[in-house]
Amino acid sequence: MCSASRVGTHPRCHPERGGALLLLLVLFTLPSLAAPAPLRVCSDPNNLPFSNQQEQGFENRIAQLLARDLGTKVEYFWWAQRRGFVRNTLTANKCDVIVGVPSSFELALTTRPYYRSTYVFVTRKDRKLDVSSFDDPRLKKLKIGVQMIGDDYASSPPAHALANRGIVRNVTGYSVYGDYTKESPPKRIVEAVAAGEVDVSAVWGPTAGYFIRKSRVPLVAKPVSPEIDLPFLPFVFDISMAVRRGDTALRDKLETVLDRRADEIDAILREYGVPRVDL
Amino acid sequence: MQFVKATLLLLLAVLLGACDSGPQEKQAPDATKASATGKAMLPAFSTAANEDGQWLTPQKDYANTRFSGLAEINLSNVDQLKAVTTFSTGFLNGHEAPPLVIGDTMYLVTPFPNVLYALDLKEPGGATKWVYRPNPDPAAQGVACCDVVNRGASYADGKVIINTLDNHTIALDAQTGKELWNTKLGDINRGETMTMAPFIVKDKVLVGNSGGEMGVRGWLTALDLQTGKIVWRAYSTGPDADVLIGPGFKPFYRMDQGKDLGVRTWPPEAWKTGGGTVWGWISYDPETNLIIYGTGNPGPWNPEQRPGDNKWSCALFARDADTGQARWAYQLGPHDLFDYDGVNESILLDLNIGGKMRKTLVRPERNGYVYVMDRTTGEVLSAKTFGYVNSTAGVDLKTGLLIPVKEKEPKVGKVVRDICPAAPGTKDWQPSAFSPRTGLIYITHQNLCMDFEGVEANYIAGTPFVGANVKMYPGPGGHRGEVTAWDPVNGRAVWKIKEHFPVWSGALATAGDLVFYGTMDGWAKAIDARTGTEVWKFKTGSGIIAPPMTYRGPDGKQYVAFVAGVGGWAGAIVSGDLDERDATAALGFANAMQDLKKATTRGGMLYVFGL
Repeated sequence: MCSASRVGTHPRCHPERGGALLLLLVLFTLPSLAAPAPLRVCSDPNNLPFSNQQEQGFENRIAQLLARDLGTKVEYFWWAQRRGFVRNTLTANKCDVIVGVPSSFELALTTRPYYRSTYVFVTRKDRKLDVSSFDDPRLKKLKIGVQMIGDDYASSPPAHALANRGIVRNVTGYSVYGDYTKESPPKRIVEAVAAGEVDVSAVWGPTAGYFIRKSRVPLVAKPVSPEIDLPFLPFVFDISMAVRRGDTALRDKLETVLDRRADEIDAILREYGVPRVDL
Repeated sequence: MQFVKATLLLLLAVLLGACDSGPQEKQAPDATKASATGKAMLPAFSTAANEDGQWLTPQKDYANTRFSGLAEINLSNVDQLKAVTTFSTGFLNGHEAPPLVIGDTMYLVTPFPNVLYALDLKEPGGATKWVYRPNPDPAAQGVACCDVVNRGASYADGKVIINTLDNHTIALDAQTGKELWNTKLGDINRGETMTMAPFIVKDKVLVGNSGGEMGVRGWLTALDLQTGKIVWRAYSTGPDADVLIGPGFKPFYRMDQGKDLGVRTWPPEAWKTGGGTVWGWISYDPETNLIIYGTGNPGPWNPEQRPGDNKWSCALFARDADTGQARWAYQLGPHDLFDYDGVNESILLDLNIGGKMRKTLVRPERNGYVYVMDRTTGEVLSAKTFGYVNSTAGVDLKTGLLIPVKEKEPKVGKVVRDICPAAPGTKDWQPSAFSPRTGLIYITHQNLCMDFEGVEANYIAGTPFVGANVKMYPGPGGHRGEVTAWDPVNGRAVWKIKEHFPVWSGALATAGDLVFYGTMDGWAKAIDARTGTEVWKFKTGSGIIAPPMTYRGPDGKQYVAFVAGVGGWAGAIVSGDLDERDATAALGFANAMQDLKKATTRGGMLYVFGL
């Protein structure tokens, strides 16, 4: 629970208070003008490169950009992106926007996509493995890391792809949740390549791109191929913003800003090393 | 309640011929007399003949009968049963825990945040004696799979023991509520939670973990009742040394024999996150000093990512109660495909099978079969379906193998329709009751099937992933719940009651020849234990998913207690306020429960009924 009364007992979420205070200040100093409502964003407080409470993630930066364009400020509602995230944040009306979800996301109303990324193979540069295809015969022998979800019948697409090719015995799972008591828990799967725990990891692009840049051991990322396993297992995903079902007014407003600020958003994604596939 | 009348009359005739149908007796039956009629009997060690009017553990007794010898409330007067006391727990999540009564005090533990109330039954209305608040870590709520339930407290030697969602086992002085010890057994950061009721055998408290789908490694841990120190821990996966398998291990079937099967039946390393959690019910047989319990589903991978039997997930263990060393094991579901956890109750009964009295355990299993097994050896004596099953084709009694059905095998990217039962099984955790007076087991359960459709893009912690689109819906007949009266000797249903919603409450049987259960739309019900005829009902403020219990109050009178408070996996659509348009919410259960929001609202409340 993220109610204000529980702040201090909950390591994962702390409701933003500054935004509300600021809004009050604005209301007080400009009584004759209707102050624009803050952009209320649902966000994970410890999940770089996407977001954190210090607002260092690229989703924090994109949220800021949008708010500035709308002449307002961001007000965060922090909640770990776990089971019940949408229900406890967006649906519970604690916030109005989730900055990144797949465009086909069913739990909310999505904007048109504003970027497209891909799963990538991460390897050590000095190994010169250059893995880029699920059909690379070496994958039958190499030690492979995949992101593990922890939900019935659910896996990251590379885990499904490898299983479909009979590659299971040499596959190690790394929880997408990780140990939440540590900083940026999803980075373990990239560190495992640097440390030689696995030879290659199949990682969602933004996570890979960012932690490769942070790694002391030089690492390389190659988009996986094919882009889709037939009949339909995609490795490339369109990413949109999400609002509550029925909130078409906000959706339309966000789409206008996404159009207007497309170049600046691209620059932010570049800065964070997000591997891109043309939309 | 609806009956298939013709069937009922027919079965009633059979039943009356087969069972002792004498007049209502006020005393408990002679439990040890051998039956010439083939009626199921309580085991010789049962204390049911000396009913003391208390309720010390959710299962009532070591044999897991949920039977009370109290008979003051019976068929002749049950229509006069009325509410005498109510008590709000103050919480909105699913309430799966029955109260306990020890002496003149009632104890009730709530779902997260796992508050324990001690109520003074001597005071009019049951005044609060003390309240214990463990203040579990709120982050545990994001880890639990299926609502933040707790399945009850247990009592022994002046101590009430509870488990918290964030993995603490806590002993309290039953008189004062003072914390005597508090032991942390697991870590929410590894996906572990605790939801089961502790089970106390002699000087040990037995506790297991939950979280199979999160990459948890399942275990059962024994703590010293006096100090809370860990005495032993038996893992469900891994090398024999970790599973507490040694020279005394004698599994009945060849498929369960061999060294380090907890490692060798998995891809390398996969056993380390293999599931097999222990979150259901434990039985104890004092004659053989064996504890018997089942393990949960394998995880966290899809079936095709974990080739092999995946031992010891979905398996039954019999262990020495003092050392934890396994004596036998039987894997109910090798390489589980459907999330059919093996954690249901084993009711310990003595049955006349083929003219020979056998010491058995009887398990209404999630996969849809009632297993009758020799509890000393692990041999399966029979396995008959108690609901509609097409996901498997029976149990081979020679090999012990559950026979798979190829075309019902779910695989991501493939469409598989009409898998019965659905993932929660024909019966989930909700405990059955047994009456030695009728020889019948009263099983409250589901009638659900599921479709497994293609792929669905989803998103967690910044990562898009792909999962199955699972949708559950009512099974044959269109109703979602059933109460089945089961004759374990002859392996057949004697009668069935159809219920609109899954019956998620479990049952209580009494010497008054009554069976009590609750419905998810909030009806507390009593039925005639012999015929299934509804003889009393009362509408509670929220749906009922906690097993009812009965006790003798300080005034010497019999009472029946129900806890209302809908939720759990089945009721998450109400307790979690899920959007009824999300068919795949609650792992597909929401699709089958879209109308529950119209039928009930949430809120925990105790109701005590008396004459």
